[in-house]
Amino acid sequence: MSIVIDAVSKRFGQFAALNDVSLEARPGEFLALLGPSGSGKTTLLRMIAGLDFPDSGHVLFDGADMTGTPAAERQIGFVFQNYALFRHMTVADNIAFGLTVRARRDRPAKADIRARVAELLDLIQLPDLGHRYPAQLSGGQRQRVALARALAVEPRLLLLDEPFGALDAKVRKDLRRWLRELHDRLGLTSVFVTHDQEEALELADRVVIMNRGVIEQIGTPREVYDMPATPFVSEFVGETNRIPVTVADGRVLHHGQALDVSPKALANGPAELHFRPHEALLGDDAPGALPIVVGAVHKRGGTWRVEARVDDIAVEIDTSGPLPERGARAGLRFDDVQIFPAL
Amino acid sequence: MTRAASSESPVARRILIGVGLLFLALFLALPLVVVFVQAFAKGWPMFVDAIGQPDARAAIRLTLLVAAISVPLNCVFGVVASWAITKFDFRGKSLLISLIDLPFSVSPVVAGLIFVLMFGAQGWFGPWLIAHNWKVIFAVPGIVLATVFVTFPFVAREIIPLMAEQGRDDEEAAVSLGASGWQTFWHVTLPNIRWGLLYGVLLCNARAMGEFGAVSVVSGHIRGLTNTMPLHVEILYNEYDFVGAFAVASLLASLALVTLVLKSLLEWRFGYHQARSAH
Amino acid sequence: MGLTIVWLCLIVLIPLSTIFLRAAGLGWDGFVAVGLSARALSAYKLSFGTALLAASVNAVFGLLIAWILARYEFPGKKFVDAAVDLPFALPTAVAGIALVSLYAENGWIGSLLAPLGIRVAYTPLGVVVALIFIGLPFIVRSVQPVLADLGADVEEAAATLGATRWQTFSRVILPAIAPALLTGFALAFARGVGEYGSVIFIAGNMPYKSEIAPLLIVTQLEQFDYPGATAIACVMLVASFSMLLLVNLLQAWRAKRSAK
Repeated sequence: MSIVIDAVSKRFGQFAALNDVSLEARPGEFLALLGPSGSGKTTLLRMIAGLDFPDSGHVLFDGADMTGTPAAERQIGFVFQNYALFRHMTVADNIAFGLTVRARRDRPAKADIRARVAELLDLIQLPDLGHRYPAQLSGGQRQRVALARALAVEPRLLLLDEPFGALDAKVRKDLRRWLRELHDRLGLTSVFVTHDQEEALELADRVVIMNRGVIEQIGTPREVYDMPATPFVSEFVGETNRIPVTVADGRVLHHGQALDVSPKALANGPAELHFRPHEALLGDDAPGALPIVVGAVHKRGGTWRVEARVDDIAVEIDTSGPLPERGARAGLRFDDVQIFPAL
Repeated sequence: MTRAASSESPVARRILIGVGLLFLALFLALPLVVVFVQAFAKGWPMFVDAIGQPDARAAIRLTLLVAAISVPLNCVFGVVASWAITKFDFRGKSLLISLIDLPFSVSPVVAGLIFVLMFGAQGWFGPWLIAHNWKVIFAVPGIVLATVFVTFPFVAREIIPLMAEQGRDDEEAAVSLGASGWQTFWHVTLPNIRWGLLYGVLLCNARAMGEFGAVSVVSGHIRGLTNTMPLHVEILYNEYDFVGAFAVASLLASLALVTLVLKSLLEWRFGYHQARSAH
Repeated sequence: MGLTIVWLCLIVLIPLSTIFLRAAGLGWDGFVAVGLSARALSAYKLSFGTALLAASVNAVFGLLIAWILARYEFPGKKFVDAAVDLPFALPTAVAGIALVSLYAENGWIGSLLAPLGIRVAYTPLGVVVALIFIGLPFIVRSVQPVLADLGADVEEAAATLGATRWQTFSRVILPAIAPALLTGFALAFARGVGEYGSVIFIAGNMPYKSEIAPLLIVTQLEQFDYPGATAIACVMLVASFSMLLLVNLLQAWRAKRSAK
């Protein structure tokens, strides 16, 4: 199912939670809404679910306007941050809930509901736990029950609010992979909210990066990582070093010295050079290179992480080449670099 | 934040609020209003006259005296009991807590009866008391005893959860710094529980001054001697002196209002919140 | 520690035990003759019946009031919240004379009901009215904190699964607050059974008709019929201890269920 968010705005009192946001999710897509807290990502998700309603703008499912339709009529599956399982019901009753609340004429027969629950318990790999209560399950198990409950109604759209937020790191990684497989196998369209960029980059087909109620960038994980559209995206996704520079007549100047870097189409004036630790090449302090003073060096994965300073600014560089001495002067050149006008 | 998906339509909401408020107006507000209206039905002078009657004044004095004895007694007991319950581990702790609550589930009349059975003329200690010329039943000591019984749990039940929540860390820290037991209590424990204590005292006092059933059984209704304010209300009412009855009743109702105001102030201002269920 | 127990024994336990000892002194036949006499039985019936009815009415309206206090905003809400405790603070005798003057045939409410043929004062219905007044805060104060703590997400989950608002209430919210509601109900019921001050003015106090059990005890006492009073008190104590036990079991159940 496709979702279109068209120029949606929402205020809570003085606070603008969403400001003229537009977005499209294609059928079968796994979309991540990524941003810091207060960026509006959860509000956007709740609006797609029908748990909140926009002040202006539209929400369309497969071209049909759903803007004012309440959650109960949207046929969506929603997985809540803290699972929101019904504590007084068994796991099986939790999963069956969406089917048993249907109007009598649409409600499956009791045996069919039981069969569907059994099928879902298999799907979430908890076949023997139907009679337990949520309080008797681990966090990861609860999360899977919450997912099964959402899937029981055969939703056209699966929405997940920080689905792994409350889990420990190991469980989180396993569940992530499992969820992605499930999404592909069931042919769902899914949208999930996260503040964890690693999670978004690993799981999603496309990532929507939000900040202060607006969308900063929409793109594949590769695009948002390698080609951040804004300084915010560059900083928020992955590690980034930032150096203040000046753009003058097609050249990039650092303390008046030109760097071997293309200013792209930037207008003259103060600007900011952004580069990732692996994007810098460590070399001599030659003209055209960014001068640094080397600090501590430590092993990090397959490469060395060099801590250095540019004036008073700490930068980090990954290198596999010959390691410089502590306190040595060196220079940085760049394969690829982002440059943004200074704020 | 609006709870659009998990709330009722504005119309339904208004109807629910309307029905709820109507119920409260009918069952709570109206009885309170009628007390004051009846008290002043014949005007201010009649009200003042009713309050000024010697019997009414004696009843007011007795009520104040009974409260002045029973509230501090229960206060001290409440603090000591809470202290013992939360600072030490022992078997039967939850039983002890339940026993403290016991007077709440005993009918006030039964509460009065038990003291009659103990101290009355035909009671266990009756002959002995008569021999020594001590009067308990149909006298002030009986009224105090019955009052202490019915107000027994108020202070303790407010402080026990409060102390349990605060744990022993503060006290243990104080003791490790060389404070004596008394210093620890005075400077550490008491400040921690002062709002809860005040809250309990407030409710205890309201009940002590307003208790009717238990006191009625033990007092003997001797005008000017063993009549408390609530009992005096009954006597006047049964004598068809409605202005007098409601005049005294309005004083008690004012006490209830003051209690409610102070209680709300405690809850709002000092963030002391009584999360536990009702009495 | 020792002081606590001594004081508890002196004020509460020893006095209470006198009832049972005295009742035991009557012998079984003697006990049945007075404790379960026809007059006593009709008094129990009235006390327990009216307390049950009043607690039921309060369960509905108390839940409604707890709901609007926990969920909605309206002008004067803080004031209303504080006012709910009035029956705890108002002396019962004051409530009694206030209620009877409202519901008597020439009272504000009684005069409205009289043309409809409804008599409240001096009938069992009057007892119910008084017990509604006395019991209301028990329900509200038991349910309100639980309602306030109930997460919005559970209700939203029900909504996203297609439940109507009523289904959400009856199948998700009500089961979640049921233990608190039952606790409040039991407390209100127990209080209602033993209530004296607010009832005697409005009840009419006719033997076999509108005479509540606590009043019967007082009547026996005034006739110096100590065995009779003791037997009835013993029956009531057993009933209220059973209620107390029930309340404690309910609270244990609540604690167990709310444990994560």
